[in-house]
Amino acid sequence: MDVLNPMTYDAEEDQLRDRTKYSQMDKHLIPVEFQQQPVSTGTTIVAVEYDGGVIIGADTRTSSGTFVMNRFTDKLTQLTDRIFCLRSGSAADTQAIAQVVTYQLDFLSAEMNEPPLVRIAANCVRRMIYQYRDDFLAGMIVAGWDKKLGGQVYSCPLGGLLVRQPVTLGGSGSTYIWGYLDNNYRPNMTQQECYDFVLKGITLAITRDGSSGGCARIAIINKDGVERIDVLGNDLPKVFDL
Amino acid sequence: MSSIGSGYDLSASQFSPDGRVFQVEYANKAVEASGTIVALRCKDGVAFAVEKIVTSRLYESGSNKRIHNVDQHIGMAVAGLLADARQLLTVARDEAKQYKYDYGVSIPVKYLADRLAMYMHAYTLYGFVRPFGCFILLAAYESDGPQLYGVEPSGVTYNYFGIAVGKAQQTAKTEIEKLKLSELKLEDGIKEAAKIIYQVHDEVKDRMFELELSWVGKVNDGKHERVPTNVFEDAEKFAKASLEEADDDDDEM
Repeated sequence: MDVLNPMTYDAEEDQLRDRTKYSQMDKHLIPVEFQQQPVSTGTTIVAVEYDGGVIIGADTRTSSGTFVMNRFTDKLTQLTDRIFCLRSGSAADTQAIAQVVTYQLDFLSAEMNEPPLVRIAANCVRRMIYQYRDDFLAGMIVAGWDKKLGGQVYSCPLGGLLVRQPVTLGGSGSTYIWGYLDNNYRPNMTQQECYDFVLKGITLAITRDGSSGGCARIAIINKDGVERIDVLGNDLPKVFDL
Repeated sequence: MSSIGSGYDLSASQFSPDGRVFQVEYANKAVEASGTIVALRCKDGVAFAVEKIVTSRLYESGSNKRIHNVDQHIGMAVAGLLADARQLLTVARDEAKQYKYDYGVSIPVKYLADRLAMYMHAYTLYGFVRPFGCFILLAAYESDGPQLYGVEPSGVTYNYFGIAVGKAQQTAKTEIEKLKLSELKLEDGIKEAAKIIYQVHDEVKDRMFELELSWVGKVNDGKHERVPTNVFEDAEKFAKASLEEADDDDDEM
């Protein structure tokens, strides 16, 4: 856990959750938005493999109903040096899963004396989701690079499935861009082509999905390391405004 | 080389004045009394050859095997007390099973060797249990090549190119050192291992023995198994032929 780059933690969200339980008076004090909706990363997340690594991207909106709780969220959570997870669903649930899996992988890599495989990270995430499938609302994507198989993307959706895919989408915004993916994804794209694909996909989803918005956060993971790029709102590719 | 413990050898929880744990050393004696195992890490796989000593003609052939599978990809050969080894086999299988359940991939043999060593070591710490009287050899063919690990009764693991354990370990080790293992192919390695077993087998002390051969490597895609019948027969023939050439050391190969 790096002190200089702490994991995104929504203090308001945490306190609010407790507050709504303690007193009935709160109903009169707290705006309606806080009371009714759980905080979710209604989201768009995209991950694609390319030769030598993966490119992952997400929007930056955390919403509680119609209230935007955080407009610059970091949904790209680092599990190990070269493995990230993309979080969609309940912010609390996905943060908890990411924390536990980070610990598990840390411990395992100390025992094995080498960085963990992406498949192992994906399995740890999947096991948690499956074990608590009735309680969690978490759709996650685990993507990264390891020495054995190179760049890999694994999808771990709601019920506890694990499947490796060359490209995958997640979150509420993904529904609007499956067509874009089907039309524009080709295997063996270059790193730049994959980057453009991810960025355009997130942008398109942001324009149509109310629960996705803000900016785009992208990360390129390969054997040399992780490169993080934040594309701010006005720098997103232009989409024709009707 | 027998050393008398003189009072410091009654339990594994005691050190001797010169810093030895005699119970662990006695466990090694149990290993040295068992039939020989020869394990060779060849260029593209690992070969096990085990001299399974048969004490009576009344036993069914193939009973009390000394080579087992831990997971599909890891083979285990045991020297020493067979009953102790059986428990360690169960432990190893449990570890492999749990790893696969937790992480979704097959257990790396290095990790399994470490876990098994930790388990065996735990039994050398207390006075109310005794150390395991067996030497475990683990072999696998993984993405970074063939691997051969050994675990002693004390709980130490080593990574081997070639090793012999058991009655004739000194003689067999000398024979192994004559081979160029890094250039040896698995098909030839299995024959060499069989030959060494036949060479070091003591006809006077142990009349009957069964040869057990197994391999894991590129040839069977990393799945550890006993060698096919034709390979077994070829290896036996090779071994017996080289015996008949008496003290001739330049066999074909």
